[in-house]
Amino acid sequence: MKINISPLLWPVFRRHLIVFSRNWKVNVAFNFVEPLLYLTALGVGLGAYVQPIEGIPYLKYLAPGLVASSAVFATAYECTYGTFIRMEFQKTFQAMVATPVSIDDVIAGELLYGTFKSVLYSVVILLVIFILGLVESSWALLVPVVMALGGLLFAILSIIWTGLVPYIESFNYFFSLFMTPLFLFSGVFFPLTGLHAIVQKAAWLSPLYHLVNLVRGIILGQVGIHLVWDLVWVAAAVIVLFPLPFYLMRRLMIK
Amino acid sequence: MTRQMGVGGTLDVVAAEDLVKEYDGLQAVRGINFRIKARECFGFLGPNGAGKTSTVKMIYGLSPVSAGKLTVLGMDVRTKIRDIKRRLGVVPQENNLDPDLKVLQNLLVYASFFNISGSEARNRAQELLEFFGLADKAKERVESLSGGMKRRLTIARALINKPDLLILDEPTTGLDPQARHMVWQRLRQLKEQGVTLILTTHYMEEASQLCDRLVIMDRGEILVEGNPHQLVSEQAGEEIVETSSSEEMIVHPATLEDVFLKLTGRKLQD
Repeated sequence: MKINISPLLWPVFRRHLIVFSRNWKVNVAFNFVEPLLYLTALGVGLGAYVQPIEGIPYLKYLAPGLVASSAVFATAYECTYGTFIRMEFQKTFQAMVATPVSIDDVIAGELLYGTFKSVLYSVVILLVIFILGLVESSWALLVPVVMALGGLLFAILSIIWTGLVPYIESFNYFFSLFMTPLFLFSGVFFPLTGLHAIVQKAAWLSPLYHLVNLVRGIILGQVGIHLVWDLVWVAAAVIVLFPLPFYLMRRLMIK
Repeated sequence: MTRQMGVGGTLDVVAAEDLVKEYDGLQAVRGINFRIKARECFGFLGPNGAGKTSTVKMIYGLSPVSAGKLTVLGMDVRTKIRDIKRRLGVVPQENNLDPDLKVLQNLLVYASFFNISGSEARNRAQELLEFFGLADKAKERVESLSGGMKRRLTIARALINKPDLLILDEPTTGLDPQARHMVWQRLRQLKEQGVTLILTTHYMEEASQLCDRLVIMDRGEILVEGNPHQLVSEQAGEEIVETSSSEEMIVHPATLEDVFLKLTGRKLQD
């Protein structure tokens, strides 16, 4: 399958940025309230009763996990509800493809916008936890790079769902059956070593698990060869899955 | 607004040969032939489901051609669709203005999809807003516009790239008579400026007011082709005498509606 992306991807992305910039303060505020609530309730509140994990105080253990998970949630919302509303209710895609913009430019624009959200929110939350003194290493500067890759992966996964089950009700299932289990069992809140071996094996399949490993590793300065494997896993998933959103969305749009 | 004709005069702007559109085995367009010349207004008249929208969607590349040949501005839609779209303006049947953007932004963002930016885009957008009587709405939300204004903005948007060919899919469906006349007036002005227009409609009045030539379509086929007035006089004569069961007789001048009725035994709009 040949994917036909042109430089017109940029004006498409720019359109999304214009819309985003109209109420970016509200957007950003909402997106960092939630991780802050988790940090306070679980990190500070529950954390007072929790033993240090692998020698790390609980708040410090939890914070990097929230950087990764909050970012990919923002992407998942954008590329399910957001994409679907633009396609189905606003007919924005139909308007774009009547210009020299191709359907693949439109989909690439959605992926890029989804990726942008992960990068942006990971950086915002990183800043917050930095101010709270929860960042240990200057490796943390690589968070936006890691989350660009992770954001792209979650944008791809979300658009695959949107393309497969294009009904607004279906997105509830995406979050309750896919995103929430990932959030709970990808090592954001606790290491999986205490769980049954099957759960640990299953976690290897979770894209968020690898992102949490990576982000926690660089924020806490525990960098090593093990992180390379997580990076390879995420990059390989991006490469393998990349054509699918294009295939599925073309099927919906071109009749 | 000045326009250049990119097509060297003799070439047809659109040429369709045995054009077919199939959806899951059902033929919406059944092997039609037509040619559209530069600077004319060409109409597709027919009831809902006649295949008008399927035909124009193939012309602007939203819908792939199932069989037959279709060239637009001298280029094959199968291979050159991006180059074709650069020179088209499209007013779709469904309103798809961007509700996330203000009125002026709608035009500027759309211009960017044609690589038109900066002061060039601003000048064109301003000019178009004035031409369509929307200059004082530039900063308004699209949602706050009336149906007629939205339609005019959609046409303005379609002109941002100074197209050689403007495609209008049911441009006045759902508008009140006043708004409809305002759109017609603007379309006539565009025609005078030399824009080639393609129009689909199920309003025979619209077709006879605007079109130089038209085809009447039904069930995916072209029934007849010609100049609206000529079609009426050839197919239906000068006057029509309507009789009903109450033995009343009504005499009225023949219209395209009568042509359609004669050819299909049905009314255009039911």
